[in-house]
Amino acid sequence: MSENSVIHAEKLNLVFQTNDGSVHALKDIDLTINKGDFVSFIGPSGCGKTTFLRVIADLEQPTGGTITVNGMTPQQAREARAYGYVFQASGLYPWRTIAGNIKLPLEIMGYSKEEQDKRVEQVLELVELGSFGKKYPWQLSGGMQQRASIARALSFDADILLMDEPFGALDEIVRDHLNEQLLALWARTEKTIGFVTHSIPEAVYLSTKIVVMSPRPGRIADVIESPLPKERPLEIRDSKEFLEVAARVRDGLRAGHLDD
Amino acid sequence: MMKNLIAVLTVVFAIIVIWYGAAFMMNKQWTLDQAERAGTTVTTSEVFKDTMAQERPQLPAPHQVISEIWKTTVEKKITSKRSLIYHAGITLSSTSLGFLMGSLLGITLAISIVHSRAMDLSVMPWIIASQTIPILAVAPMIIVVLNAVGISGLVPKAMISMYLSFFPVAVGMVKGLRAPDTMQLDLMKTYRASAWQTLIKLRLPSSMPYLFTSLKIAMAASLVGAIIGELPTGAVAGLGARLLAGSYYGQTIQIWSALISAAVLAAVLVMLIGVLQNITLKRMGMLR
Repeated sequence: MSENSVIHAEKLNLVFQTNDGSVHALKDIDLTINKGDFVSFIGPSGCGKTTFLRVIADLEQPTGGTITVNGMTPQQAREARAYGYVFQASGLYPWRTIAGNIKLPLEIMGYSKEEQDKRVEQVLELVELGSFGKKYPWQLSGGMQQRASIARALSFDADILLMDEPFGALDEIVRDHLNEQLLALWARTEKTIGFVTHSIPEAVYLSTKIVVMSPRPGRIADVIESPLPKERPLEIRDSKEFLEVAARVRDGLRAGHLDD
Repeated sequence: MMKNLIAVLTVVFAIIVIWYGAAFMMNKQWTLDQAERAGTTVTTSEVFKDTMAQERPQLPAPHQVISEIWKTTVEKKITSKRSLIYHAGITLSSTSLGFLMGSLLGITLAISIVHSRAMDLSVMPWIIASQTIPILAVAPMIIVVLNAVGISGLVPKAMISMYLSFFPVAVGMVKGLRAPDTMQLDLMKTYRASAWQTLIKLRLPSSMPYLFTSLKIAMAASLVGAIIGELPTGAVAGLGARLLAGSYYGQTIQIWSALISAAVLAAVLVMLIGVLQNITLKRMGMLR
């Protein structure tokens, strides 16, 4: 375990007990995520990618192995408000304005009124929604709503950002744009990001590290350190390196499926 | 809007026609009996005229009820014991107090049920069981028992209203407070929000549509409770007292005018909540 490791899992197992017997959602997961990494989890449904993210967030309890977040247990990390979590749906409150929605965690965490206003303004700029603070969620497009929910997760001082298919419900064009913005945001904030997706181009475009997972039992099939530079214009997706990484991800996914 | 109005008026018209028909059918026997006793014969048109203007008809005709309501509202001083507004006011005061107490009790119970599994398992069956007891049987006991400990007047009647109105609020609010989905609750968990913060910032706002729907039912139930509460009090005042007095003396017109006043009162009260519901939900962005 190196100095700048943020999330460290060793022999992590999670078995769900259901009415149809037990489901091995995570099997022997060994993974280290370093500070400033952008890690994507990719795999077919049932491979445990979302479950692993939820274990990091202390929303699921592992049944075996160890995991540390910022050197603490996930529960301690959650209680120290170590991460911001972005769900697939924006989950904005219809009865609050965009600014009001972003204030929600700040109110809960007891920030002062002035601090709340200052931070709301900052994060709205960060996700390019500067002039939308007074609008209500229904007045915004789906992509803008999702950006607002990212702003909400960034509003407090957490240096980990966990995202569970945040753009899954959006169309391709909006998605490209948001991916570009997310990279810029990551570069500026230097957060550590865990990102669940089922899109190969999205995973390769965004990540410094790609974790390919396969189902039944959910396990890691391959971990790919991306050779792509930190600066990534959208055109990079036509480069040779990009296509090679994408091919390797595809191979990893296919290998997982051969067991079926 | 116009279409709605026509539909509503058509239904009202149909009801009035049926009502007149029923009044004729139900009252004509008395007219015929009277004529037979007097040894005279009556034509159909005379029978019809008489059935519309009897003093104690089996079923009073609509215009008789309307003129009775007019006489006992507009033409009487509000302070008069014969004013329907006076009686409606008395019923309204115990309805309102009972509604208020019932709603508060219902919300409080719902909050404790949602937050405590023990409460959910132990109290919920009692809440449901409480409503299977016929209120008509319990009402006199409540009045008598409270009277014995020195509580009389408004409060015992309001207690009966409360007994009927807390139930829909409790059941509706349990559902409403559980309306937020797993994702929204997980989000609060990632913020390390306390149960209180989750209640105030997420559960209560989410429950608003459920709250107003149950308040409407509770309001109607409160009015029924208030009227029932007035029956065993010796029928002094209130719409329930008017009903009881009317039935003692065979004053069907008085019964029907009290009934219609109660219905109008209920409609107005429920509509008021509806207006409040519209304003609130629109402002909360939950009505789009």
